[in-house]
Amino acid sequence: MRGSEIFVQTLIKQKVDSLFGITGGVIIPFFDTLYDNMDKIRYILTRHEQGAAHAAEGYAKALGKVGVCVGTSGPGACNLVTGIADAYMDSVPILAIGGQVSTNLIGNDAFQETDMMGITNPITKHNYQIRETNKIPETIMKAMKIAIEGRPGPVYIDLPKDIQLGEFTGIIPTKVEIPGFNPTIYPNPRQLQKAVELILKAENPVLISGGGVIISNAYKKLFKFAEILACPVMTTTMGKGGFPETHPLSIGVMGMHGQEAANWAVINSDLLITIGCRFSDRVTGDTKTFAEKAKVIHIDIDPAEIGKNVGVDVPIVGDAGIVIDQLITLLAKEATKLKNKHSAWVARAKKILADAHALEERDIQKEGLTQKFVCKELSKLLSPDDIVTTGVGQHQMFGEHFIDFTKPRKWITSGGAGTMGFGLPAAMGAKVALPDVEVYDLDGDGSFQMTSQELATIKEHKIKVIPIICNNGCLGMVRQWLELFSKKRYSGVQYSGNPDFGKLAEAYGLKGITVTRKSEYVDALKQAKKSDETTVLDVKVAAEENIYPMLPPASSLKEIIGGKVIFNQTWDDVLKKRAK
Amino acid sequence: MKHIISILVHDEPGVMAKISGMFSRRGFNIDTITVGKTTQPGISKIVVTVIGDEKTLEQVEKQVNKLIDTIKVTELPERSSIIRELCLIQVALSSKKAKDDILNYAQVYKIKIVDLTLKSAIMEVVGEPSKVDSFIDLMKQFGIKEISRTGVTAIGRGENGSKKTN
Repeated sequence: MRGSEIFVQTLIKQKVDSLFGITGGVIIPFFDTLYDNMDKIRYILTRHEQGAAHAAEGYAKALGKVGVCVGTSGPGACNLVTGIADAYMDSVPILAIGGQVSTNLIGNDAFQETDMMGITNPITKHNYQIRETNKIPETIMKAMKIAIEGRPGPVYIDLPKDIQLGEFTGIIPTKVEIPGFNPTIYPNPRQLQKAVELILKAENPVLISGGGVIISNAYKKLFKFAEILACPVMTTTMGKGGFPETHPLSIGVMGMHGQEAANWAVINSDLLITIGCRFSDRVTGDTKTFAEKAKVIHIDIDPAEIGKNVGVDVPIVGDAGIVIDQLITLLAKEATKLKNKHSAWVARAKKILADAHALEERDIQKEGLTQKFVCKELSKLLSPDDIVTTGVGQHQMFGEHFIDFTKPRKWITSGGAGTMGFGLPAAMGAKVALPDVEVYDLDGDGSFQMTSQELATIKEHKIKVIPIICNNGCLGMVRQWLELFSKKRYSGVQYSGNPDFGKLAEAYGLKGITVTRKSEYVDALKQAKKSDETTVLDVKVAAEENIYPMLPPASSLKEIIGGKVIFNQTWDDVLKKRAK
Repeated sequence: MKHIISILVHDEPGVMAKISGMFSRRGFNIDTITVGKTTQPGISKIVVTVIGDEKTLEQVEKQVNKLIDTIKVTELPERSSIIRELCLIQVALSSKKAKDDILNYAQVYKIKIVDLTLKSAIMEVVGEPSKVDSFIDLMKQFGIKEISRTGVTAIGRGENGSKKTN
């Protein structure tokens, strides 16, 4: 059997059913084999490899399964890099396959040769260059295992042309072992006991649910755990949807643009019970002053995350679901004791949440066509199973702030890397993964234009998504920063040459609706939903809207600005306080 | 503070790039790094000297452990490990007196002379890095032409010599 044949057969055996990518010079043998297997693997020819990588991410995040993308050597593989880096930051299991020049040419600067092993080293969980045709099945099996087990992440396979053309004479292993790769999934019982002691002692505990809870499929367990703890529950940006945001214990998302209630609770808490969260700087702000009053229980499957950014009192290494299960068992007999213990604490946080919501609602009514309004109305229209992907910027944070999710894997966003252009291809990937679910791409005019060529892919493969472009004619988030911290010196943020996005959609054979008034928006959304065709909504939102509350960069959580209830202060107020 | 860690790795192409790349990417300072084969085919041992506090050491160990090619990471504390480095020093023999002095020093330090010509001598210093350092200092007065140090290698003493981590 030819190398490319065994490669494709192994992918099929590994239950790969969709593949995003672009062919080219040295990857032709692989595509030649794929030609005979299109009934088993749905191949989606994207218009740029970055789109392929983000689509693989969208697929992986929607399903919790490895997403696969492919590009040829050199520029093809290089174009995958942004998506690979994004997947690395957000622990997304993808398998990225890059063609490579034949082994005898490697190192000679051959046509379209790039050292992809060198380039992908720092942005992959692992990478392989296959140098023997007989090692193909084993390598793919290892790559798939590494991508999904433990803390997931991207794995890159470099596939030289001669290896694809070589004859496979080996045996296909039934399973693979990777010595030294044994993620710790069962927690240390002594640490669990310590955690229970802290939980029982705590007066103002909070539960922080990160992306790890979603990855571990621990949604139901977390729900049960939260109800036993009966304390305020918040999520991170990546953990959004890991706990229903309509639940009486939910106080929303914490961090840079999170809910005032959540950040207030962190500041005043005496115990953070943190699961599957890496305490990124967007969550903590200045780490020296982060949650000063609180002890920290940190549960994560990756030991390297524990103690990396913030000090930890009880480190627990293990799989989120398993750890939660064991904590539930240990706490079961205390449940009645805990039931009403924190009700006053919960009520205080919930009141802040409700007060802020009421004031925000007033703004939404009062103001014109804003991103808040766009997100809030979308939130009202969403079914629990609908998916929303996002670009990166203001619209993303408005989405985080104003759209409620009740299920995991429905909010698909680029968190750690903050990759503009993520939204449209990720939506495409999510729709391929779950064809019966409505998929919205909440986007900005800046982000959208970074990968908008995928509209062609969407047309070609009849992948229906609903891109909602919050079009403010500028790079809104940077504009906001410049307004606040650079005296409105709007350097490099104006988008005065934007196309008519509705017409752009039409040029691709899709539908487009331009929304210029508040009154038109919901109707446009409904039309887009009803249509079988992708309908791009070009929503002309206010240019100078800011996303608040906001944690200024490298500041303490107490210095959050633009709040309505607790953090009712401006950046100038913060500077004045600091000067004192 | 210097810490020595030993890392067992799969002897795959590019493994050194992965390890050293991770160190530089995360801002860890490597003082020395050595690599060699073990008795097990396909497995190599890397010994790294890192500079940093306890927290840095903990992060280094965890981050190294996270690399898929890593099989085992062990810290080798100074007090319970045998630590050695090899250094070749070429010194100029500018006069008869210099030559006599150098040969005397070599004898006192029990250092092998591995090459001797009319104009220079090459000595092989094996020992703890501090011994190597002090001998180099001593030789400076004679005019060191070139030195070549291997960097540190180390092994845990006895059965409980090495603290297994993770």
